[in-house]
Amino acid sequence: MLSLYGTEFASRLLLGTARYPSPAVLADAVRASRTGIVTVSLRRETAGGRSGGAFFELIRELGVSVLPNTAGCHSVSEAVLTAKMAREVFRTDWIKLEVIGHHDTLQPDVFALVEAARILSGEGFHVFPYTTDDLVVAERLVDAGCRVLMPWCAPIGSAMGAVNPHGLRAMRANFPEVPLIVDAGIGRPSHAATVMELGFDAVLLNTAVAAAADPVFMARAFALAVEAGRHAFRAGMLEPRDMAVPSTPIIGKAVFQ
Amino acid sequence: MRFIVNGEEQEVAATTLKELLSLLDYEGEWLATALNGELVHRRDRAGCALVEGDRIEILSPMQGG
Repeated sequence: MLSLYGTEFASRLLLGTARYPSPAVLADAVRASRTGIVTVSLRRETAGGRSGGAFFELIRELGVSVLPNTAGCHSVSEAVLTAKMAREVFRTDWIKLEVIGHHDTLQPDVFALVEAARILSGEGFHVFPYTTDDLVVAERLVDAGCRVLMPWCAPIGSAMGAVNPHGLRAMRANFPEVPLIVDAGIGRPSHAATVMELGFDAVLLNTAVAAAADPVFMARAFALAVEAGRHAFRAGMLEPRDMAVPSTPIIGKAVFQ
Repeated sequence: MRFIVNGEEQEVAATTLKELLSLLDYEGEWLATALNGELVHRRDRAGCALVEGDRIEILSPMQGG
């Protein structure tokens, strides 16, 4: 089971709720993925607007845990206030902490991230930091109170998969007891399987499902890939080698000439 | 009084945050509010006095990744 801040989940897939063709497709994709956690956000409501309410009801009906994010925040104060407002709306101490530092790559501002994580942890939040695979930053985040780390494997929405498997492997080796979730950069089920094979505890993705030609079918594909990768990691995989090794035993082979 | 509501200047005859929400037709348990960069809890809106030029943010849930 996946254990995050004391709560256990059967599924190791976390799913974003943005960019689906319709609310109905979103709901079907969440069910098909069998995820126990969806990410959500907050935005300005228009006067007399009820769009937030409709989405709020939809999420509630899905019966899954909610992980609000601070997407779009570029400073500590913005991220901290957004987290507090998210707690007011969604009634959860969980927060996916994003502090964006670079416009083109959406790379996190890791300095502001650590500072915001420290403030929020001190105020009782359970912080899920969107970070890089930098080991020193990860250490600082743990020092700041984070009990989960969420490194990217490639820029958000890039669909490139793990661009630095070595960095992810090093992270796994250095933080054996901290749940590690790959957040961002996954494009295909095989990418998700790959990071799970590296020993990551879970995968968080959004666009790869939401923007697929058939998001519901793709949600299921990712669920299977995440499960396959996890099983493979636990089973222990062969290391690649240069020369062939016969799989059929030679001993007892008939000699005809 | 004049306020900045979600980034736009508005003239509203409200003296508290609760009144402002009501006059601008904001309602719903899913709304979160902030005044001048500080969260105002749902339960505190009625007692939250406003002054000219206050910046008010009214947020609601939306899809996110």
